[in-house]
Amino acid sequence: MTDQTSLQYTAEHEWVLVDGDTATVGITAYAADKLGDVVYVELPKAGSVVSGGSVVGEIESTKSVGELFAPVDGTIVEANAAVDADPSLVNSDPFGAGWLIKVNFTALPTLLSFDEYSALVAE
Amino acid sequence: MTDPESPAADRTSPLHQIHVDGGASFTDFAGWQMPVSYGSDLAEHHAVRTTAGIFDISHMAEILVDGPQAAQFLDYALAGKLSAIAIAQAKYSLLLTEGGGIIDDLIVYRLTDDTFFVVANAGNRYVAAAALKERAAGFDVRVSDLSDSYSLIAVQGPNSRAIAEATAGITEISVPLDELKYYWSTDASFEGLPLLIGRTGYTGEDGFEFYIQSDAAARLWAALSAAGEAFGLVPAGLASRDTLRLEAGMPLYGHELGLDSFPVQAGLGRVVNLKKEGDFVGRAAVEAGPPHGAHVLVGLTTEGKRAGRAGYSVVTVPEPVEGSDASTDSATAVGMITSGALSPTLGYPVAMAYVDPFVLEAGTPLYIDVRGTRIPASVVDLPFYKRDKS
Repeated sequence: MTDQTSLQYTAEHEWVLVDGDTATVGITAYAADKLGDVVYVELPKAGSVVSGGSVVGEIESTKSVGELFAPVDGTIVEANAAVDADPSLVNSDPFGAGWLIKVNFTALPTLLSFDEYSALVAE
Repeated sequence: MTDPESPAADRTSPLHQIHVDGGASFTDFAGWQMPVSYGSDLAEHHAVRTTAGIFDISHMAEILVDGPQAAQFLDYALAGKLSAIAIAQAKYSLLLTEGGGIIDDLIVYRLTDDTFFVVANAGNRYVAAAALKERAAGFDVRVSDLSDSYSLIAVQGPNSRAIAEATAGITEISVPLDELKYYWSTDASFEGLPLLIGRTGYTGEDGFEFYIQSDAAARLWAALSAAGEAFGLVPAGLASRDTLRLEAGMPLYGHELGLDSFPVQAGLGRVVNLKKEGDFVGRAAVEAGPPHGAHVLVGLTTEGKRAGRAGYSVVTVPEPVEGSDASTDSATAVGMITSGALSPTLGYPVAMAYVDPFVLEAGTPLYIDVRGTRIPASVVDLPFYKRDKS
């Protein structure tokens, strides 16, 4: 289990794990709970160039569709093939096996800390 | 992720604390905070198809109609011939406007010769009650909105009868449940209190709906749940209720039904009884029919996993050519989806949509515009799913 306090967050309910110049991105447990059972994910292909704040994928549950925003400018290194095969990983392990994309970024914007994100969802 | 909507509803069910304790997440539904799921809406959906699920639908409205002219009044106020149903029988009906639009869809139970129990949608409680009261003028009848004193619990799924029969505290069942037919009801008692059990539901499975006074609802839920443990009963929320009714081809007010849709457009022509004697509200408009070319409700299926959803366009493309670049073709919108989801039971996307009847007649290939991607759709008969009644 990933230590959630060590992650950074966006207001769009994504978490970001920074390792060197690579950011691993997923959606938070709060977002996964709100969506309900995830049945389909559409993720960008490796090599795609993405810009921070743009929609790069979709997460569909039985009842709604969530958009995945790129939290950083950069290039997709990898999309998680495991969630493509088993979208329920987004619900069962959102901070771990349910990660969505790895992005090689050029610059890291200011993201939310665990405490800041916790305060946001507590509102 | 976009910001998930947060509940802003203020009314809660008498069972609210049970749902909180059961780990439910809630959604705003017609001003009520109701359970949307207790963890996994898919698991709840599959449980109803294979074992059983228990739903709190206490937000539904209950309106009592009684008096010497109750049957005659309902024949005038509603689209169906309610005077023709037997005591204990239930009937699906429609409350129409003079113009033929749908104010609400209802289930009517006949309790005695002169007493009917009308169940309306939560979101239409006040308009339905007001319309009935207004139409009651001139009839020797009383219309009482009892929604605040009744709760409604549904147990649905192949094991629902066994669960109801095993529930402690349910006694004095007038008609044994194995003899109770679909869309019939029976009187019973729960801990000595009056209980109405209908063999009705909104899931496409066998099931029962239990009407109980609100202060006993929590005890009835607990008793049903305890009896259900041996039969795979799980609490189920509105998310699974929606996918279950969609698979069963059942309309949802505000999606497939509304003030601007005629019954016949929604495939509910059979619900309007034009043969009954006397006038009824909406008769002239229904007899005249909807405007030429009015869109009709159809079932659509698509391949893959991406579902068309409420509000998405149904389009045609002139002479589609295989391998052509769909994004450069000019598409014409010929309809709109009212409900859609990846069907948990069937494994492919299903949707209901209002579509131009001329396009359907011509058999023109249809596509669903899923957020910019055009996905070929097939028109199919409703329902998408029918239970095996063996």
